[in-house]
Amino acid sequence: MATTSADEQRVLRGTVRDLLAARSDEPTVRRLMETDEGFDPEVWSELGEMGLLGLAVPEDLGGAGFGLTEVGLVLAEAGRALLCAPYLSSVVMAQSALLASGDAAGCQDYLPALAAGQRRATLAYLEESGHRDAASIALVARATGSGWALDGVKTSVLDGASADLLLVVARTEAGLALFAVETDAAGLTRACLPTLDMTRKQARITFVGTRARLLGTDGDGARILAQVLDRTVACLAAEQVGGAERVLEMAVDYVKIRQQFGRSIGSFQAVKHACADMLLLVESARAAALSALQTADQDPAGLPVAASVVGGYCGQAYLRVAASNIQLHGGIGFTWEHPAHLYFKRAKTSQLLFGTPEQHREQLAQRAGIAAGRIA
Amino acid sequence: MFELRLTDAERDFRDELREWLDRHLVGDFVRYKGAGGVCDDSHWEVRLDWERKLAADRWLNITWPVEYGGRGGTKNQEIIFQIEHARAEAPYWVGVHGRDLFGPTLLEYGTTEQKARFLPAIARADEFWGQGFSEPGAGSDLASLSTSAVRDGDEWVINGQKIWMTFGAYADWLYVLCRTNRDAPKHAGISMLLVPADQPGVDVRPIRNIAGGREFCEVFFTDARTAKGLVVGEVDGAWRTVMATLGNERGGTTILPYQASFSRELRQTVALAHDRGLTDDPVMRQRLAAAYEGLYVLDCLSRRNVETALGSGHPGPESSIQKIYWSRWHRDFGELMMDVRGPAGSVVGDDYTLDLMQASFLNARAETIYGGTEQIQHTIVGERVLGLPREPR
Repeated sequence: MATTSADEQRVLRGTVRDLLAARSDEPTVRRLMETDEGFDPEVWSELGEMGLLGLAVPEDLGGAGFGLTEVGLVLAEAGRALLCAPYLSSVVMAQSALLASGDAAGCQDYLPALAAGQRRATLAYLEESGHRDAASIALVARATGSGWALDGVKTSVLDGASADLLLVVARTEAGLALFAVETDAAGLTRACLPTLDMTRKQARITFVGTRARLLGTDGDGARILAQVLDRTVACLAAEQVGGAERVLEMAVDYVKIRQQFGRSIGSFQAVKHACADMLLLVESARAAALSALQTADQDPAGLPVAASVVGGYCGQAYLRVAASNIQLHGGIGFTWEHPAHLYFKRAKTSQLLFGTPEQHREQLAQRAGIAAGRIA
Repeated sequence: MFELRLTDAERDFRDELREWLDRHLVGDFVRYKGAGGVCDDSHWEVRLDWERKLAADRWLNITWPVEYGGRGGTKNQEIIFQIEHARAEAPYWVGVHGRDLFGPTLLEYGTTEQKARFLPAIARADEFWGQGFSEPGAGSDLASLSTSAVRDGDEWVINGQKIWMTFGAYADWLYVLCRTNRDAPKHAGISMLLVPADQPGVDVRPIRNIAGGREFCEVFFTDARTAKGLVVGEVDGAWRTVMATLGNERGGTTILPYQASFSRELRQTVALAHDRGLTDDPVMRQRLAAAYEGLYVLDCLSRRNVETALGSGHPGPESSIQKIYWSRWHRDFGELMMDVRGPAGSVVGDDYTLDLMQASFLNARAETIYGGTEQIQHTIVGERVLGLPREPR
């Protein structure tokens, strides 16, 4: 895997920040969040042309051959700007699933188009039960004469209505397996779900005898899913840090100018200390997220523990600073007009979709050897 | 703990150090593995022996110039040493105040004569230092201190009282903040004087702390004397020097030994929880996992701060962030450790002897106070990092 220097990372970060300042300002976010598609195809193409959609795709499959560290740099900026685009679903979840499947033909067929921004994929794994564990997946895949057919329902599929390729985790006689489904396949119904966080779209998808292509080995789905979720949680942490950093700036800017009792409220200890606590959360979360991404790239065996750590820590850090931002703004922070709620909703719903702190900590207790009484 | 990316030369240095530690960590040094800490004077003699062994082969103060008893080494080597020493669970040295806090300050702000006189003795572990900063009336508002120093011929005459001097009873020399100009604004009339402890005008009295220990002292100065040249930096201009010392105390690489002991405590606590059947309790698993998560994040934060310190040479105000983070983590973890111990944790040994968990639980209460309280650190972060307006003072 190719790596980037600190200078190259600075350049990448700056390029993305400039791009999003122009393409994902607040009016744009508010316009897109009211649409069903929830993204701007032109901006998506632009991201593709700039090579930002294939950063972690191997070079022989049309990507840049870097890792999640670089993907995380983009996501931090996307989180800051609340970029409305299927980045997490297509670039992180779907690409990770294809690579994790080890299906060479599948990777050949899909990854170059995903990396170029010509196609957008997502991963459908959650069902009505809302549980993320492999045992809860009930959607059935049956082998047919010519391939496979899926029957069942997936829900809260990120960007599921706008994606043009679905990767689906389904139950077979061998256990779980990963499948690819074309969105024009017969027996496929997709419904856009109205979401609390309007900047991130979800869909409910019904499969009735829908034709599917097996990716990787039948029975390998639980391993693939676990790996994809760990990589996703590590990347999500970067997005959360970017959002947290932005709300901290908002809060600090505001308490410097807002005057009460004849002076700016930021001079009061209660307010100043609240801001200091926000910075503490942002800086510690940033260090942790960066470490998790580097672990994913350089020491994949360490990723499960790292992902559980940042899943709990960065998710909660983001929620706390987003909540403090509303508090420090007072009444204006509670209005629809102010952007504070957009970040707060992103922070909470990300926990619901990818795990609450308690769920991550229980997983950590298992993975780090706490439950067994022996930690490394 | 985290790994640094090492050059070939640094790897050789580390291997040599590891081999040295293997060879020397025997006998009592193994029996007192991990003994002591920056505010804990237990097993003093063993720790002092160990310190002198390290000093003899110049493993301490690696970055100090050779003529001052250092090795003339790099900051990277210093960090490698801290990590390896902590990982080997070697006993903690006792010369904390001279070696880690005052020494670096003197190296930066002292005169050539002062450095030549004091640094080699610190490096050899021949002379120990006590920090005379806080006073009964000047804690968080340190600049309001009132201990005075007045010139009398070739000497300074010092009167006043200092408090919370850690390891004060062992100190040969004190670095003391004194008011030398009553007419200047309060930050601008303070000087740092170096005062010999062994004289009639200096009375050091131990104060018993909540853990029963007598590590810290109050010191009374009654016409105590020191030579006129023993001022660090400018007369009346100590404030900047003080901030540097406190920066060293709060962050940068001084966290590394703590972190190693935190890891050890977490390992022991998890093992004990399992032995007592507590890891079957989902609530206890949550608390242990949250502690693990917090320590993992501290490790990430420390690595970043160490890298920053390597770049700029100084722990910046960001060191306050690290200080708040680790002191809070450890304070909360102390309470978890006691819960894991259960009723047995409520019983102490003869003469109020504490086991390691009890001692750590109690000593953690000092960690959110010394080096600037948690509240003062918040103000520093708010004003110097976030640029928030100062409150009227």
